[in-house]
Amino acid sequence: MKKYVSFRINRPPVSMLLDKKAVWVTLALLIVTLLALIISTGIGTLTIHPLDVVKALLGIGSEQDRMIIHTFRLPRSLAAMLVGAALAAAGAILQAVFRNPLASPDIIGITGGASVAAVAYITLFETASIRWLPFVAFLGAALIALLIYGLAWKNGVTPLRLVLIGVGLDFAMHALTTLLLVSGRIHLTSKAKIWLTGSVYGTAWHDVGTLFLWTLVLIPLAFVCGRNGNVQQLGDELATGVGSALQRQRFFLLLISVGLAGAAIAIGGAIAFVGLLAPHIARKWVGSTFGALLPVAALVGGLTVLLADLVARTAFSPVDLPVGIFTSAIGAPFFIYLLYRNRHQ
Amino acid sequence: MTHVLPSGKRKIFGLFLLFLIFIGAVLASIVFGVMDISWKSAIEAYTQFHGTNEQIVIREARVPRALIAAAVGASLGIAGALLQAMTKNPLADLSIFGINSGASFFVVVAVSLFSVSSLTQFTWIAFVGAALSGMAVYFLGSIGKDGLSPVKLTLAGAAMTALFSSLTHGLLAANEKTLEEVLFWLAGSVAGRKLEMLWTVLPYMIVAWLLALVIAGPINLLMMGEDVAKGLGQRTLLVKIATGLLIVLQAGSSVAVAGPIGFVGLVIPHIARFLVGIDTRWVVAYSGLLGAVLLLGADVSARLIAMPKEMPLSVMTALIGTPFFLYAARKGLARS
Repeated sequence: MKKYVSFRINRPPVSMLLDKKAVWVTLALLIVTLLALIISTGIGTLTIHPLDVVKALLGIGSEQDRMIIHTFRLPRSLAAMLVGAALAAAGAILQAVFRNPLASPDIIGITGGASVAAVAYITLFETASIRWLPFVAFLGAALIALLIYGLAWKNGVTPLRLVLIGVGLDFAMHALTTLLLVSGRIHLTSKAKIWLTGSVYGTAWHDVGTLFLWTLVLIPLAFVCGRNGNVQQLGDELATGVGSALQRQRFFLLLISVGLAGAAIAIGGAIAFVGLLAPHIARKWVGSTFGALLPVAALVGGLTVLLADLVARTAFSPVDLPVGIFTSAIGAPFFIYLLYRNRHQ
Repeated sequence: MTHVLPSGKRKIFGLFLLFLIFIGAVLASIVFGVMDISWKSAIEAYTQFHGTNEQIVIREARVPRALIAAAVGASLGIAGALLQAMTKNPLADLSIFGINSGASFFVVVAVSLFSVSSLTQFTWIAFVGAALSGMAVYFLGSIGKDGLSPVKLTLAGAAMTALFSSLTHGLLAANEKTLEEVLFWLAGSVAGRKLEMLWTVLPYMIVAWLLALVIAGPINLLMMGEDVAKGLGQRTLLVKIATGLLIVLQAGSSVAVAGPIGFVGLVIPHIARFLVGIDTRWVVAYSGLLGAVLLLGADVSARLIAMPKEMPLSVMTALIGTPFFLYAARKGLARS
């Protein structure tokens, strides 16, 4: 059996190789995610049977079910999923660009930049509307990414310098966050702390809409640049040698990744380790071909945050814990395991 | 390599000069603040104690603060010098090594899960946390083929820091009461610390300072390469373990008293090497004094910048240190 199916149409000229295994994995993940979505929206203070959930989603269930699912549970679950998918895709892109399996938005300082901006907004402008928070966080992520890129520039950008500069700036961002937390009032501080851990509590439909738009535009864009991602795996010299416009592509991929991470952080707060974890699981299943990796990573990320949020809101009920605690609890030990496993690289 | 003070005589003179600056910094730390105090009353607080407000401020707040800043600064500086020498890594620092975040995590766990509230217990818990996370990062950073490379170390440190700080945030978010109790300590500061806290750890610090000077010679040999050192009959593992112990001893006691303060250990050895070259014995001596001066200076300016409020000391050091880190990262990698 052949591993690939080729796919070609002449007008417009599009051709691609589809990895059979990747297609099956993607389909299976889609089905599992859908099932998880249905089951998790049913679980809560008031448990609704999965069948009733489906009915409510189709608009034919009881009015109470429809109300609960439509106004409270569905937007939250969808937001969790999209946040996870965006973070995972951002991580997958970063790992390809940096050629480093340990890169992710939270390690190289992008999350740190968003955190400073968000915490500043929460603690300094007490009366300001929370509606602008996503925008502010996004701005922070974008600014810090530009700064990392600028400081790492020296006749081009090498992955190594980017990682080191990112980690260094992350420390400064932590210091600024601490400053804001210490000097802010205590009730605002605890609000900021919850944001910093990462939570999808109280997300509404318009958040889902915004996130959906971002992912809808950026993930396909990443696909287009994805081919370059494959070439970059070969190393700087070889990639330039075969005619890849390395620096420009690196910049664009970085930009897409920041867009995805920024949007996700803006809605979900600083949820850690998803951007790191999901691409690794995906790589285990479909290998490191960028085109196959990206969608699988996104689906794994979505599923992870969805399930983590389910645990976070039900396990310690009535306390609704921030989802980030659970992604950290799974992700951090895994990261350390990765460091250990990659010891010979 | 060129450095400012080439001859031994000049190095000794420089050390003497630095000592004078250090004394000046201690005095400045006692005198300047929200309440400016004259030299005379500072001395009188100890010679003719009347119990006036001013004298109480001096005895209970200013002098403890200055002494703690000096001791912590010296420890952080020397620990950083040993760390950078042993790992041959210009980016090594206690905060990058995950030592600070490890200590913070352990303290938050102790406070939120086991309701620990006494300061002495804080001290020991921070100590254990610093030691464990430091060892973990060293282990993670040095396994594999080419040993302890700057990038691996930085990533290992970042990983542990990410792990501990997200777990710390999680615990704090789940338990608001803890937040108020430890946020103050977590910010990293020498303000409001009691002198007793220093007395608990000072013996360890002093022993570590002296031993650091003793072990600096063997480290010099080790820096020439592990094979060379072994060939000359050095038991390299023993030297490494002893150095590691000294680092943990100083880092643990500093973090216990002052909370997580980063970047002093990164910046100071660079300045020391700039002044005296790479001989570890001199670097250690200079790093101790320079660290004390830097922390005293940072503390005084943290008080003066945002009067009548205070900037947390750890923020001051991080803001001074980050440009240094970025500079070292760019330069260090350009060479390799």
